[in-house]
Amino acid sequence: MTEIHKLSLKSAREALKKGEFQAVELTKSHLDAMEQNKGLNAYILETRDIAIKSATIADQNIKAGNARAMEGIPVAVKDLFCTKDVRTTACSQILGNFTPTYESTVTSKLWQTGAVMLGKTNMDEFAMGSSNLTSFYGPVQNPWKATGSDKILVPGGSSGGSAAAVTAYLAMGALGSDTGGSIRQPASYCGIVGMKPSYGRCSRYGMMAFSSSLDQAGVFTRDVTDASIMLEAIMGHDSKDSTCATLPVPALEKALNGDIKGMRIGIPKEYNMEGISPEISKLWQTGAKWLKEAGAEIVEISLPHSKYALPVYYIIAPAEASSNLSRYDGVRYGLRVPSENNSLDEMYELTRQKGFGAEVKRRIMIGTYVLSAGYYDAYYIKAQKVRNLIAEDFKNAFAKVDAILAPTAPSAAFAADIKIDDPVTMYLNDIFTIPASLAGLPCISVPAGLSNEGLPLGLQIIGNLFDESTVLKVAFKLEQAANFVGYKGK
Amino acid sequence: MSIIKGKTGEWEIVIGLEVHAQISSKSKLFSGAATEFGAEPNSQVSLVDAAMPGMLPVINEYCVRQAVKTGLGLNAKINLKSIFDRKNYFYADLPQGYQISQFLDPIVGRGELVIDLADGSTKSIGITRLHLEQDAGKSLHEHSPKYSYIDLNRAGIALMEIVSEPDMRSSYEAGEYMKKIRAILRYLGSCDGDMEKGSLRCDANVSVRKPGGELGTRCEIKNLNSIRNITRAIDYEAERQVELIESGQSVSQETRLFDAGTNETRTMRSKEDAMDYRYFPDPDLLPLILTQEFVDEIKKEIPELPDQKKARYINDMNLSNYDASVLVADQETAEYFELVAKDSDAKLAANWISAELFGRLNKNNQTISETKITPDKLRGLLVLISNNTISGKIAKQVFDTMFETGEDAASIVEKEGLQQVTDTGAIEAVIDSVLADNPEKILEYKSGKDKLFGFFVGQVMKLSGGKANPELVNEILKKKLI
Repeated sequence: MTEIHKLSLKSAREALKKGEFQAVELTKSHLDAMEQNKGLNAYILETRDIAIKSATIADQNIKAGNARAMEGIPVAVKDLFCTKDVRTTACSQILGNFTPTYESTVTSKLWQTGAVMLGKTNMDEFAMGSSNLTSFYGPVQNPWKATGSDKILVPGGSSGGSAAAVTAYLAMGALGSDTGGSIRQPASYCGIVGMKPSYGRCSRYGMMAFSSSLDQAGVFTRDVTDASIMLEAIMGHDSKDSTCATLPVPALEKALNGDIKGMRIGIPKEYNMEGISPEISKLWQTGAKWLKEAGAEIVEISLPHSKYALPVYYIIAPAEASSNLSRYDGVRYGLRVPSENNSLDEMYELTRQKGFGAEVKRRIMIGTYVLSAGYYDAYYIKAQKVRNLIAEDFKNAFAKVDAILAPTAPSAAFAADIKIDDPVTMYLNDIFTIPASLAGLPCISVPAGLSNEGLPLGLQIIGNLFDESTVLKVAFKLEQAANFVGYKGK
Repeated sequence: MSIIKGKTGEWEIVIGLEVHAQISSKSKLFSGAATEFGAEPNSQVSLVDAAMPGMLPVINEYCVRQAVKTGLGLNAKINLKSIFDRKNYFYADLPQGYQISQFLDPIVGRGELVIDLADGSTKSIGITRLHLEQDAGKSLHEHSPKYSYIDLNRAGIALMEIVSEPDMRSSYEAGEYMKKIRAILRYLGSCDGDMEKGSLRCDANVSVRKPGGELGTRCEIKNLNSIRNITRAIDYEAERQVELIESGQSVSQETRLFDAGTNETRTMRSKEDAMDYRYFPDPDLLPLILTQEFVDEIKKEIPELPDQKKARYINDMNLSNYDASVLVADQETAEYFELVAKDSDAKLAANWISAELFGRLNKNNQTISETKITPDKLRGLLVLISNNTISGKIAKQVFDTMFETGEDAASIVEKEGLQQVTDTGAIEAVIDSVLADNPEKILEYKSGKDKLFGFFVGQVMKLSGGKANPELVNEILKKKLI
């Protein structure tokens, strides 16, 4: 039999409907592939029984002619999303074996459309990282290797496990979350599609909070069409999240067929910064050329406050995180390291000292600092003001253009054993993804070419607020022009 | 006590109160969990209240209405835009690690509240603000020597914090302020005002200064849960501060606790240990935006409040300031009074309620809603007094029976034959008999001992079993004693 797990989500869906194979077969094919690729460490928990059970139901629905949008499609879920009766840890030791009694809104939406859960994927602890090196469950390997090298590379982060799983055909799609680039950057490093919708499109209910004003669920797939299908399934208003938009969900899959002739695509001149690698710069130009050939007009735009995006992000996100992570205190669930002196404060200290990793602690400390009396105005308030200016930049830009084309990451995937002494160097990975996050805009990373070392590189399309349709439409054209060949397997 | 006489002269007390009022609402401020008092520990806790991972707060509209209503009742400015902030600190009964509150942009701004002073005058106390916030859970330390137990039933319940200006100058004023707040909250139905159950409590900020001088350093006394404790704590604290200053020391700004057992306040934490709460806007909640229509709609639901009622009682019903104050202090009493006074003499009704009824209720530890004397029944009694069927004295006797049995005044009077005797012949007969028995007293009276007139009246009333009409007795006696 052909390797059915390597099909696209859309083709698998059609094949299932036609009865070319059964959902259970498709699921088993994935479970086998997962078994053979345990070395990637993409999954930290496999939900084999749930998968087979859901696939069996999917087969019944298909047989009865009641197939739903993602009936029988096996997917992976980032361990940030609470899944009922299935251990959920955000890859942090502090959650121990925490098993929610409830289901996140986005995962329940997936199950309502018939998708099948294969397992929970690895990630940077509490989604803090750009490498997947901060997970309590160990690093994830990027399936890709540089030409002629055996060196293990990072998949990017924080949604590294989800990215690696989709790349290596261990899931047809995967849920991720993007706070400052945690979907787009790993998608770029792994040569797949990663999309984050506008802030407010997906409910945050049941998604463990890192930075509430930035966190947004999104998807990984191997092509743009699949992204539109899966994204449509998880978006929509939810009264359990006060920040969730009340807008109706657009028909994303249908939006792909549209023309981009006459569309204006912006190229932010500030992104052409020093230090950007020549191959990234070249790919960006090539991308612009492709879109021009498809009939779009390329326009230079200015996002003057972009240079402040990184420091602004590293004030706001840690500030919110320092407060959001206060609930992990050893009192009600997860890890508790008892105090020998029966001291509550000491129990907090011991529990949080052991339970949180270095990067999480660093961000809690930064966040606590910037919110402290005497520093709040200088850091947090100022950062909020600049954040508004950054959003204003985009607003002005979208008065002139329909979408923005930019690189996703400043480089290709780097080695997992890289020694980074200065955390800021690591933070620079998100230099192109953070500005749009601060403005809450929808964006996608599309694999567009290979580096000189034969590693995938992505290009990013940023759209106006709630205009996911345009983002996907442009991305689809980019994908067709790039004709990127994904990971071929071992 | 409003002025303390110290060794170095007089000191003025300056007081501001922060009142915490639990909103009357079936569910919590940001979750659907129930709020019933006294339920099994941890039986009214939602996933949000327990701060399970990924849970998000959703504002309870009813609680917002209650806060707006209260703001309107305090003649305060309603802020159409307000913001929820997180107040961050660690404690075992604070599951989120922060309390959702309102810091810079509260839902209600400046207002005022008028208190009644002992001399019958009034004083306006400024309200700085009212904001919405969550209550914390409860730590129980009595179950184990080693561990504390946590009950989260209270966690997330909606509170209104009402902050006053430092406008009060005595513990008496603070007590009156608290009573007035409680009355308004009860009239509005936005808080049950039950201090015993903790639905209403307050923190007092106290400082002393030379009259009219610069404000002194203040101390905050936390969690005062009765009006008695409020006044006692303030008095102790003010004295303590005066003694400190006069002995050459200074007051240090700190948070103190009141010990009702020893009647003292003691240090809870000093300013140096003051927590940095790292307030910032809660990113899980959008700014709370109200429309003027929403506020106007609530305005229509506001009942007549104590001050308005009092003015009406004084102006339209000719009650004394004192009676009016007493009657409006509690909404149930006011309603009771209005039912009694509906078509009888309002002053008579007020007297009977504030003197007779209250006296007996206090003695029997009853509330006005528990008494067997319904407003209708009391009115029945007043009718009998007004139309001279019974005298005031007999009425008290009838009232006692009514209080015990709940019987109608008319039927008691009928059954016991207590109707007033207004037949001149019958009264004359009694008077004659009394005079016949006291010839020497008549002589004394006639020789100028006027006071003896009262003696004769008393004898006549006694002999008539209290039923003789006093006016007629007076009239006939006078004639006979000439």
